[in-house]
Amino acid sequence: MVRIGQVITLGCISHVAFCGELVFPQLVLVQMRMVEHLVDSHGFRLECDAWVYRLLETLVRGGGFHTKVPRNVNLEKLRNGYLFPEISRHELQHIEKYPNAKLISLGVGDTTKPIPQIIASHMANYAFGLSTDIGYKGYGPEQGNKALRKAIAEVFYKNELVKDTEVFISDGAQCDITRLQLLLGSNVTIAVQDPSFPAYIDSSVIIGQAGHFEDNAKKYQSIEYMNCGPQNNFFPDLSTTSRADVIFFCSPNNPTGHAATRKQLEELVEFARDNGSIIVFDSAYATYIKDDRPRSIFEIPGAREASIRLGWTVVPEELLYSNGFPVIHDFNRIVCTSFNGASSIAQAGGLACLSFEGFAAVQSVLDYYMENAKILVETFASLGLKAYGGRNAPYIWVHFPGSKSWEVFSKILEKAHIITVPGSGFGPGGEEYIRVSAFGHRDAILEASRRLKILFS
Amino acid sequence: MSVSQSFATSLSSSSSAFFVSSNFISSGYGVQNVPFPAKSIGVVKCVAAPQEQETVFKTKVPRNSNMAKLQAGYLFPEIARRRNAHLLKYPDAKVISLGIGDTTEPIPEVITSAMAQKSLGLSTREGYSGYGAEQGEKPLRAAIASTFYGNFGIEEDDIFISDGAKCDISRLQVVFGSNVTMAVQDPSYPAYVDSSVIMGQTGQFQKDVEKYATIEYMRCTAENGFFPDLSTVGRTDIIFFCSPNNPTGSAATREQLTQLVQFAKKNGSIIVYDSAYALYMSDDNPRSIFEIPGAKEVAIETSSYSKYAGFTGVRLGWTVVPKQLLFSDGFPVAKDFNRIVCTCFNGASNIAQAGALACLSPEGLKAMYEVIGFYKENTDIIVDTFNSLGFKVYGGKNAPYVWVHFPGQSSWDVFSEILERTHVVTTPGSGFGPGGEGFIRVSAFGHRENILEACRRFKQLYK
Repeated sequence: MVRIGQVITLGCISHVAFCGELVFPQLVLVQMRMVEHLVDSHGFRLECDAWVYRLLETLVRGGGFHTKVPRNVNLEKLRNGYLFPEISRHELQHIEKYPNAKLISLGVGDTTKPIPQIIASHMANYAFGLSTDIGYKGYGPEQGNKALRKAIAEVFYKNELVKDTEVFISDGAQCDITRLQLLLGSNVTIAVQDPSFPAYIDSSVIIGQAGHFEDNAKKYQSIEYMNCGPQNNFFPDLSTTSRADVIFFCSPNNPTGHAATRKQLEELVEFARDNGSIIVFDSAYATYIKDDRPRSIFEIPGAREASIRLGWTVVPEELLYSNGFPVIHDFNRIVCTSFNGASSIAQAGGLACLSFEGFAAVQSVLDYYMENAKILVETFASLGLKAYGGRNAPYIWVHFPGSKSWEVFSKILEKAHIITVPGSGFGPGGEEYIRVSAFGHRDAILEASRRLKILFS
Repeated sequence: MSVSQSFATSLSSSSSAFFVSSNFISSGYGVQNVPFPAKSIGVVKCVAAPQEQETVFKTKVPRNSNMAKLQAGYLFPEIARRRNAHLLKYPDAKVISLGIGDTTEPIPEVITSAMAQKSLGLSTREGYSGYGAEQGEKPLRAAIASTFYGNFGIEEDDIFISDGAKCDISRLQVVFGSNVTMAVQDPSYPAYVDSSVIMGQTGQFQKDVEKYATIEYMRCTAENGFFPDLSTVGRTDIIFFCSPNNPTGSAATREQLTQLVQFAKKNGSIIVYDSAYALYMSDDNPRSIFEIPGAKEVAIETSSYSKYAGFTGVRLGWTVVPKQLLFSDGFPVAKDFNRIVCTCFNGASNIAQAGALACLSPEGLKAMYEVIGFYKENTDIIVDTFNSLGFKVYGGKNAPYVWVHFPGQSSWDVFSEILERTHVVTTPGSGFGPGGEGFIRVSAFGHRENILEACRRFKQLYK
């Protein structure tokens, strides 16, 4: 057992570590190889390598009881915690360090505008209704409320592009991504844009589709990374892209903000069809599109036999596995077994969003965020920085050539008290970039712009 | 339309070449040279049919072989399907549903008004909140810890709020991965087995014994008091255990659970303890696995508001992963569960969480217990009915399920007979595993008049 006051030297100083019930009044020197975040029972943050943790555990606790259940090797492959809780952690640390600083968060894409009243009151009424005999509802269909599925098919997919029976309501795209991975299993390969929303890669690693992380390339083996940058109009060069079973594609893109053109999506669908791949098209930001770029992959002929849409999930009936088995059948099985439907109250809100008045109210909130984006784009432009996106998505992708994105992140946080997201968190293709999200109250956006101008002028 | 024309439209375009060359038809198949008569159509059609299938586009993505192992649809949508088919057949029948354990009584106002208030608050600047902590709102986690685990050393940060136990079970499987083995009670809630198959932990389904290879099925029968004989159970990494039990309604005693914990400790296994029906317990049995000393090092507990507060549609549950639970290499299970919760989930609906918190206020608890009491009275009525008819009846005392024995009969046949003759939907025991064969599960959720009516009909059928 390690005694209080005893110093353990295991490497170079990076962070102070407090372990278990024993608090070391002196620094424990811990070697940082990969950051793991643990909160022990006293709420202290313990950051160290997994093997170091075990060593400390053994020293401190005299070795607790271990089960004989092997840890999932796929989870061991993950580098770091999921990106956004990491950002939140930095935020909390900063607040602790500077309690009086007025921190502005342009980091996690967290919405800030209240939900329009017509939608909120619809949900409230539904909630009240659950107290009445006539308004009470128990289990709903796992695929979602029929009226809502129908409304989504009608509102978002004109001319019967998509049937209501192909629409699956969920509790969010992040959850759907994992359910899709459960569906697909470990024996498929994936391709992602680089940079991309981290859940595609992380869920792929978790389900066992990926190999080990290569420290030099900063990529997981077996995943095809399709670089997207200004040099290729933020659309991958498909002629140099290897075949993968599944292609994750997000447009308008998080984090770059780029919305693919019709021509680009036609290329993508052709590529998928030629390779017999399935596109998982994440169109969570489709309603932010201002110009006439496609809002749905299904606007592209031939897409139905090659794509799934995320946001709510659309699985076309024609989408077949190599043995001819319909994907929708298996997805339905996952939805019925691993899920129990989205909250009925949330679905009531979802339906209200698609009413005439509701949709108009939602649109005005989107316009508000896009106005924020415009202000931020102009700010960066005035500073001579190249800022991409911000026109069809609530994200601005700012280039700091030759920089390390975590260093720029830290500088902006430390000097301007603004939280952003370092581009490398979205993949190696994000290095040198910072993602700035446009969700926020107008006064916060204006204040942030002021501070950025001071910092970078 | 002439025969040849109508035939043309049923062929795909690529096979229209067959039309053009009548030489091919007459010379290739020795058919007489007649002006495109019906005879030759028969010959050409056989060739054309596969052609049509080849033009259906297929991706080159292999189907997940684990999905192919699953035998049928998930049990409860299957029951719903049969119920709907029955309704179509007898549109005027007053079908009573005692099948799927779906709650029917309205949610007490103290709870719904909290949810309504939260909803309205979201339309105000002060009341609006965006993404919440994936693990759940702190006040709710704290309230659950103190209400249900006050004396057992379970803390707020051991609690993870979810959108329900079924979803948590799958997330736990994602944590465990495909390289672990599992044991289930037989019979058991189908999600444990099905999620295990999907995750790739099992072998193929063996039709003769109605079991998936590599799953350890722990038989629970009337003979062993619905508690498995652990001396005959092989070691597995994970043990799913539900008490009070769905579907048998049986509740494990303190002695039995102590045995279970010791078994897990000896084998270095992890118990996933499903306590979704704990508040239905009438006997003086443990409500939480953490009442058993040593459980924190071998158990995870999952629970749900579905059957407590009628949240089947609202969606709220929780899972307890103690800090002391470690993998074989010493890595804390809670840390991996947290990673999954952050990556594969985004938190339970904040409105549902507001409702869940209201449930734990003194007024909320009182209201919840009233609804639970109501369903328990339903259960008593059903138990009395089947007892009076001379059936061997199990469960019902500590859970809202009645487990009725129909010796020597196929449970699907009994299910169909009951449905056909009384228009009452139940659940066939074999849907919960081979150990459920010969039993019918009758759930006690329903309006009082429907429960009484259903019992009247049972009495008619079986008098």
